[in-house]
Amino acid sequence: MSTTRKLRILVTKPGLDGHDRGARVVARAYRDAGFEVIYTGLHQTPEQIVTAAIQEDVDLIAFSILSGAHLSLAGEIKRLLKERNADDITVIGGGIIPDEDIARLEAIGVKKVFLPGASLEEIVSWTRENVKPLG
Amino acid sequence: METQIDKILKGDVRAAAKLMRDIEDESPRAIEDLKALYPYTGNAYIIGVTGAPGVGKSTLVDTLVGGFREKEMTVGVVAIDPTSPFTGGAILGDRIRMQSHSTDPGVFIRSVATRGWAGGLSKATLNLIHIMDAMRKDIILVETVGTGQAEVDIINVADTSILVLIPGMGDAIQMMKAGILEGTDIFVINKIDRDSADDVRMQLEVMLETKDCPADGWKPPIVLTEAVNNKGITELVAEIMRHRESLISSGGLEKRRKERARLELIEAVDGYLKSHITDRIDQDYLQRLVDDLAQKKTDPYSVALEIINRSVKLIG
Repeated sequence: MSTTRKLRILVTKPGLDGHDRGARVVARAYRDAGFEVIYTGLHQTPEQIVTAAIQEDVDLIAFSILSGAHLSLAGEIKRLLKERNADDITVIGGGIIPDEDIARLEAIGVKKVFLPGASLEEIVSWTRENVKPLG
Repeated sequence: METQIDKILKGDVRAAAKLMRDIEDESPRAIEDLKALYPYTGNAYIIGVTGAPGVGKSTLVDTLVGGFREKEMTVGVVAIDPTSPFTGGAILGDRIRMQSHSTDPGVFIRSVATRGWAGGLSKATLNLIHIMDAMRKDIILVETVGTGQAEVDIINVADTSILVLIPGMGDAIQMMKAGILEGTDIFVINKIDRDSADDVRMQLEVMLETKDCPADGWKPPIVLTEAVNNKGITELVAEIMRHRESLISSGGLEKRRKERARLELIEAVDGYLKSHITDRIDQDYLQRLVDDLAQKKTDPYSVALEIINRSVKLIG
C-alpha cells in the first residue's frame, strides 16, 4: 500500500465573540491547499477544542479570537494539551491581538500569530513549511 | 509494556484516533493492528443515517446520541463529508451541529473525508467502525455525505439504515425508487415544524404498500421528527431498538453481518490484487505488452491473465 500522509487541521473559534468570517476564509484556503479541515463553529471552550483535536487526530489547531480573551483561552488550550499528552499538536492563532501580546502568546507556546492583513498565501505556506503530519 | 492494541481495547481515544488516521492514510502497519483488533469486533450496533444535503442529518445524529446516552449506552459517530476532487482538500463541518456531546467521554466523534470514494462513504469507513467497536462503543452512528440516488453503500455497512427526508420532497421520492428506498429500514421526516409532512408521508405510504413484503417481515416505519427541538427522538430511538429486536429474532442480523463480512473479504482480495499486482508491474515488461497490444498482436484479456498468473507465482 502506498502511504499518503494528509495534513489535518482543526479551525476553531474559542470564546464568546460571534464573528467567524475570518476563520471560515482560512478554513477554505486550507481546503484549497489540499488539507483536511475540521471546522468546529463558534463559542468553543478549550475543553471542547482539545477533545475534538484528539478525537480527530489533527496536526494543527488554528484558532481565531476577536474578543480580547486570547491569553487566557490559548493558555488553557495549551495546558489541556499537555495534561492529555497531546502537546505535539501545533497551535497557531489569529484575530484582533495587540502587538504586545504576540510575544506573550508565543511564550505560552502558540507557535505563530497572524494579524489582520496576513495574506492567505502567507498562512498556507507557513503551515506547509512548519507543520508536518504527526506519526 | 502496554501496546497500542491494549490501549484501544481499553478505550484510549488518542491511540484509537491515531490508528484511524493510519488506516485513512493507508499505512501498511495499520493492517497489522486491524488484524489484532478484528476478533474483538461485532458487539456494537451500527446505525446508518443518510439523506439529501440539508435535510438535517447532523442535527438528527446529535439528538440520537443524546437518546442513546440517556439509556447509558456509549456512542461512536463517523461523520463523512466530501473531498474536493480538484484540490484533494476537504472541510468537515458535521461537528458544528454535534456540540451537545462534544466533551462527553462516552461519545467519540470522528469526521472523515471521502477521499475520492464513491457511494456516500469513505474507503476506511468500515475499519473506523471496527475500531470504535473494539473500543466497546455500544452504538455506532454513521452519517453519510449528502446523498442523491446512487449512494447506497451505507445499506451494506449498517444494521439499521435510516433515510432522512423533509416536507416538500414528495415528488423526489418518486425519483428515488430505484436505489436507497428498498434498503431503508426506518424513514424519518425531519423539520416537520416548517411545513406539512403530508405529501412526503403519503408518497412513502403508497410506495411502501406497493412494495413486495420483505423476507424478514419488517415493514419500515415512518417517524416524524423536529431534531433541532428534540421532538420525535424518543420514538425514533424506540423504532431503532424495535428493528434491532426484529432483526435478532428473524435471523436477519446474522444474515446482514455475514453479507458484510463477505463484502469486506472480497474488498481485501481486491486490495491485495491491486497493491501486489497492478501497482507492482515491472514498467519495462508493461511497456512491451502495451506495444504488442497497440500492434494488435494480442488482446487485453489474455495479457491480463498472463500478468496475474505470473505475479501469483511471484507472491507465492
